[in-house]
Amino acid sequence: MKDSSYSDTSNYLGGVRHRKHPSEVSPDADKANRSNLLVNDRNKYKSMLIRAYSSVWMIGGFSFIIYMGHLYIWALIVVIQIFMARELFSLLRRSNEERQLPGFRLLNWHFFFTAMLFTYGHFLTQQLVNTVTSDKLLCQLVSGLIKYQMFICYFLYIAGFVWFILTLKKKMYRYQFSQFAWTHMILLMVFVQSAFTVANIFEGIFWFLLPASLIIINDIAAYFFGFFFGRTPLIKLSPKKTWEGFIGASVTTLLSAFVLANIMGHFQWLTCPRKDLSTGWLHCDPGPLFKPEYFSLPALMHQWFPWKEVAILPVQCHALAFGLFASIIAPFGGFFASGFKRAFKLKDFGDSIPGHGGITDRMDCQMVMAVFAYIYHQSFVMPPSFSVEMFLDQILRNLTIEEQQLLYEQLGNFFQARQLLQA
Amino acid sequence: MANMQRENTMNILQRNHSGRVRHRRHSTEATPDINGPGGANLLVNDQNKYKSMFVRARSSLWMLLGFSLVVYMGHLYICGLIVGIQIFMARELFNLRKQANEDRQLPGFRLLNWYFFFTAMLFAYGRFVSQQLVNTVASDKPLYQVVNGLIKYQMFICYFLYIAGFMWFILTLKKRRYKYQFGQYAWTHMILLLVFAQSSFTVANIFEGIFWFLLPASLIVVNDVAAYFFGFFFGRTPLIKLSPKKTWEGFIGASFATILSAFMLANILGSFQWLTCPRKDLSTGWLHCDPGPLFKPKSYPLPGWFSWKEFSVMPVQWHALALGLFASIIAPFGGFFASGLKRAFKIKDFGDTIPGHGGFTDRMDCQMMMAVFAYIYHQSFVVSQGFPVEMILDQILNHLTDEEQHDLHFLLGRILHERQLEQQ
Repeated sequence: MKDSSYSDTSNYLGGVRHRKHPSEVSPDADKANRSNLLVNDRNKYKSMLIRAYSSVWMIGGFSFIIYMGHLYIWALIVVIQIFMARELFSLLRRSNEERQLPGFRLLNWHFFFTAMLFTYGHFLTQQLVNTVTSDKLLCQLVSGLIKYQMFICYFLYIAGFVWFILTLKKKMYRYQFSQFAWTHMILLMVFVQSAFTVANIFEGIFWFLLPASLIIINDIAAYFFGFFFGRTPLIKLSPKKTWEGFIGASVTTLLSAFVLANIMGHFQWLTCPRKDLSTGWLHCDPGPLFKPEYFSLPALMHQWFPWKEVAILPVQCHALAFGLFASIIAPFGGFFASGFKRAFKLKDFGDSIPGHGGITDRMDCQMVMAVFAYIYHQSFVMPPSFSVEMFLDQILRNLTIEEQQLLYEQLGNFFQARQLLQA
Repeated sequence: MANMQRENTMNILQRNHSGRVRHRRHSTEATPDINGPGGANLLVNDQNKYKSMFVRARSSLWMLLGFSLVVYMGHLYICGLIVGIQIFMARELFNLRKQANEDRQLPGFRLLNWYFFFTAMLFAYGRFVSQQLVNTVASDKPLYQVVNGLIKYQMFICYFLYIAGFMWFILTLKKRRYKYQFGQYAWTHMILLLVFAQSSFTVANIFEGIFWFLLPASLIVVNDVAAYFFGFFFGRTPLIKLSPKKTWEGFIGASFATILSAFMLANILGSFQWLTCPRKDLSTGWLHCDPGPLFKPKSYPLPGWFSWKEFSVMPVQWHALALGLFASIIAPFGGFFASGLKRAFKIKDFGDTIPGHGGFTDRMDCQMMMAVFAYIYHQSFVVSQGFPVEMILDQILNHLTDEEQHDLHFLLGRILHERQLEQQ
């Protein structure tokens, strides 16, 4: 199985993959370890050029999409998701089993479609309320779909589940159940992180761009520090990673987190949340996080720096937390992927990006970071969604006059009851 | 060869586990390939069927009795029962794929499973406790501050516990054991997902009113028992290759029985306020409430040739029909899934805890599917007919501080007052 998967991935696109000689598949010999380090790799300049070439293209395309806006970023994420799912679905498939089970692959995509409807249906419901046209019939149809969205998704899932059970074939049970579990794990991983990423985007592109950039900076800095200074291996799972690369990249990431947050915080395109599915320019009050506070420098520093004061956005302190996570914990996503590839004797997840491997190879750390960014934002950046104004707005908009009166009375009753309890 | 060895060891382990001989051994569920004596597998032809029926009936009675007692005790005790069942199910399922020789070389790996279990528990029930605790704890005690802090950062705390477990897993990866460890890791995730999704939905249902937990659970029990007896007396045609003891006669008979009982049970259960009232906090006393329009009987006049002049139906009985339909037609697929899983991994039962039935997971497989359906059905079709005022009031009380609540109250009062003045 090892050989067939190996040759499969290398024939996939017909491109020659230069990562073949660092022998990641046989890490036992210590001497081989040292010769694996990038510092001693003869062909490293050649592989660096290939990696740099595709990196430049990726970063260029990414910046263009950022410029285009929220909706296009969302579309990019959906596309990346589809490619990742395709890579991962085909990973553990065994072709001789597949031949006896027609339509089994279709089941994977059915579950993928259901998961897509479920995650993005949530977003569409919130955003669509603000954007949908006034066409009566369409409005009713859409609001009906929204109301029963959870139920529809659940029934699609149950249909897939029943289909799975009805297609169980004798002597194939084990393979089919493993594939079923594998599908669930893939979809869980891929959709949780993309749902969180999209949620971040609509809070403001800043909360998507900063974490993503930090991971990229961490990767690139680790590569170059390892390229020039790498001597001590970091972890047996990934023999090409070194302690010098790790520490250098951590310092670089923390510094760039601080600086990048300042730079990005000045653009309203990046800091304003988007409430609907429109695509025009955004203007808003960025909030207290992005208003610079001035600190005057101590007299000592006046000799070296021409500035008398330093303007710091409060968000830069949050950015430090992001940088810390990106440098210390996010690499574990990469270790997990390495261990996984080692467990199943694969070289890479795919072959789409020359010099880097498949899309999952690039996104492994990004996924861990995206989830952290979302949870951090929800917990510490104080989502402004629950406030007096917001509730007042909701009450006046959604309730009838009698219901508003009722709410007022019940709230008053509750206050009285609470005062009695505390007295 | 390794599979047979494993099966033998597992048989020996299970036999020694409780020292009881398990009467289901001759019902040949472990060798499904023989098509000829397929007729011999059906329950109708099983010689020892009366003996096995006795064992099953006895443990079923005990289970029903214990269950009714817990329902009588109240919401909190039912949640306790569910948590207990969860722990046992997780233990059964964790043990299933464990291979003893591998585990000896990986000390502390089992601990990781229980660590993730604990984190999932904190996440699933932390949210409930946070919602309910707000209504029960007074706001000036220091305990409230701690609880409030925990609630606010609950998601973050659970996330960090998970990440710590993730890092621990990566740091304990051992050469040549990668495949086993990754397999166990994925298996742990699937188990926890399965067990906790259905249990948190079940608990959510309980606090909406024990009715929404008791009715679905009873329907599954009725379906199982009816399918067993219809198969016992009339079963001839096999239903599905996965479970050779199930028959079409059992299936259809059970469907009718389930739908009928759904209709009647909803009426009976709907008359008790203990079952229909939602519980907002963690108290344990008696409940009195206005049950809502679903549980108020409406009368329909009947044509003259019936002995009763009218027919009173609670609107909830129509919902119960939908629940009954799902319980009879789709919930059995949970059982088929479990059978397929056991067949795929060549095991006879998930455990040995309940005599005549197998382990906890064997009993709960259909219940899990039903619980998820009941929750989603409730959220989609029942809750939307409720009072939006209550929902917004709940949200206000849960998410705003006391000062903000007073501010809101004040502003709302002012707006209503101004509106009244305008209209006069």
